[in-house]
Amino acid sequence: MVQLTMAKAITAGLARAMDRNDKVLAIGQDIGRLGGVFRITDGLQERFGAARVMDSPLAEAGIVGTAIGMAQRGYLPVCEIQFDGFVFPAFDQIINQASRLRFRTQGQVTAPIVIRLPYGGNVGSIEHHGESPEAYFTPTPGLRIVTPSTPADAYELIQQAIASPDPVIVLEPKRLYHSLKGEVDLDAPASGELDRARVVRLGTEVTLIGYGPMVSTLLNAAKVLADEGHSAEVVDLRSIAPVDWATVEASARKTGRVIVAHEAPRTSGVGAELAARIQERCFFALEAPVLRVTGLDMPYPPSRVETDYVPSVDRVLQAVDRALAY
Amino acid sequence: MTAPNAWTPRIVGPDNQGPDVPTADVPTADGPTLDVLTPDVATSEVPTPDEQADGIETVQLLDAEAHPQRHATYSPQLSVDEVRHAYATMFLARRLDTEGTNLQRQGQLALWAPAKGQEAAQIGAIAALRPTDMVYPSYRELAMVMHRGLDPLAVFQIMRGITHATWDVEAHRFGVFAFVVGAQTLQAVGYGMGITLDGADEVVLVCLGDGATSEGHVSEALNFAAVYKAPVIFLVQNNQYAISVPTAQQFRGAPAARAGGFGMPGVRVDGNDLFAVHAVVAEAVSRARAGEGPTLVEAMTYRIGAHTTADDPTRYRSREEEDVWGARDPLVRTERWLREHGTEDGFFADLAAEGDALATDLRARVLALEPQGITDLYEYVLAEPSAALAEEREQVTAYLAGLEGR
Repeated sequence: MVQLTMAKAITAGLARAMDRNDKVLAIGQDIGRLGGVFRITDGLQERFGAARVMDSPLAEAGIVGTAIGMAQRGYLPVCEIQFDGFVFPAFDQIINQASRLRFRTQGQVTAPIVIRLPYGGNVGSIEHHGESPEAYFTPTPGLRIVTPSTPADAYELIQQAIASPDPVIVLEPKRLYHSLKGEVDLDAPASGELDRARVVRLGTEVTLIGYGPMVSTLLNAAKVLADEGHSAEVVDLRSIAPVDWATVEASARKTGRVIVAHEAPRTSGVGAELAARIQERCFFALEAPVLRVTGLDMPYPPSRVETDYVPSVDRVLQAVDRALAY
Repeated sequence: MTAPNAWTPRIVGPDNQGPDVPTADVPTADGPTLDVLTPDVATSEVPTPDEQADGIETVQLLDAEAHPQRHATYSPQLSVDEVRHAYATMFLARRLDTEGTNLQRQGQLALWAPAKGQEAAQIGAIAALRPTDMVYPSYRELAMVMHRGLDPLAVFQIMRGITHATWDVEAHRFGVFAFVVGAQTLQAVGYGMGITLDGADEVVLVCLGDGATSEGHVSEALNFAAVYKAPVIFLVQNNQYAISVPTAQQFRGAPAARAGGFGMPGVRVDGNDLFAVHAVVAEAVSRARAGEGPTLVEAMTYRIGAHTTADDPTRYRSREEEDVWGARDPLVRTERWLREHGTEDGFFADLAAEGDALATDLRARVLALEPQGITDLYEYVLAEPSAALAEEREQVTAYLAGLEGR
């Protein structure tokens, strides 16, 4: 076990995957000599060479589109998109191309690519640098979307994503990159199912469901609730497409009250799907409506007011109070 | 049945950030861990305009030592007074650019994207326009902002995280900054198509960088502009780097060379030569006004500073390279020309004092900036009222009111 930041854990996971399989490549803007703007690929070009760690031209569609082609040639490209807000030029290559190849060709052609996408707010930056664009991608059949909440998870998920035969977006919570440290077992096996949620705190009265950067907020809320004599369970989805419904439903049935949290806007967000599914499947077990704590239905605001936009512990507790009052 | 709304805030504030909130793209200063290696110091790769090996001529009217150069097609178009005025804007922009970096280092700005070194490219180009001509900037055009008479505070507001983009685009004929690289080029072409439809006597100048030319939408913009003969000047400020990636790794065909393939003239110019940039852009503007369509101008310059304050150029370029290009500083060159043409010390001393005063005033105003409350921002989401948005706004207002005094 070593103590790593989330950033270093992803670096370690990438290095391990590249070390084990020389078909694994990395491509993206400034990922080589600079080591990426977040330094996630720091040192990888020196170690694996410029042919496997490629500084790409400044073109997101180019990065993802060529990755699909390299994958068809037998390589396993890991794309880095520099910031959440810059992913959209690659939208067609992700949605119409990578995600449907397997379906279109009845499994003959696949696109086992990974797209690493730093996301999330409360980082004090300028426009297009604090977005949570997951809901543009989650309805896309054929696409997997995972997001870690701890360094250990990040280390595991990046390797599983690379090993997956499907196209995978790894949403990396950028505000945790350098601020969150945790234990990582560098020898842990990196196989197994990609879409497994994790109950990260056991509780009985209310279930708090989140992913990525929200998980620590939910855990903090659960601690406050515990001090007040209430027992909250916290579920880290880890995979937001597909969702591990068995884990979600089991927790919902157990507590009867569910709060879903994410930074992306509320309307048609991941929370909407969770709320719909939970009431469809767990109706008679519910004591209160499933409530959402989310970003607001406006473009991501200037950073001086972003803390009023991103869900806080208090906003989670407000929803819990409402749910418990039913 | 409705749930009661009674609740008590317990932890007021942004409690979900962890102990240390990193700025968006500021990496930690930690060295690499595990078994990855530390990169060697970057070596020089970027040739100066005199050393370009691709056979494309670089138009120059004033060389790096401020000696006039004759050119078959282009000649200086600026009077001494006009050069003084241009130099003053370049100088004051440089002064505020330095203030921007300082303010960021002092924690007062989220980010700063230095324009240092690109002042001649920006001012030479915009000085060739009429005030009625439209400009679509990228995000590094502080000198152009000042040339158009915008309060530079607007740029500092963006970088302080106060607003996204707030200036009167129509009044100043100056578009909003484009942080999504290259996206503005298509919009500029569309604006130019509108000018053509109107039969108006206007042109559009759109700014982009060397890196942006790799984006698909920039190729689309060049094609649309050529097809519709849009009155657009594409000003590519080739500052040699897209963050860390030098142009040698960005493209094999230079922007000036590519223009011909799209069906428009492409001209490369020494971007640190105020006279040459102005003359080349003026010629392109004349063509556009005459209905002869777009031109691409590749201004060869150098980003003397970092990409942004979050960047560390020592990772990808050498001090020697910076020194070579630093010696081509457009301010130094223009100042030399002015001195050789009768401009006295007093002019420069007055300008320095004006710059200091401007910076002092700006700093005070930056520190006093307060953001609008988040609930006010609902005003700008949709033009027509929306019941759904109004309801959310009420909820957020009530929530924030519940936090007050705690």
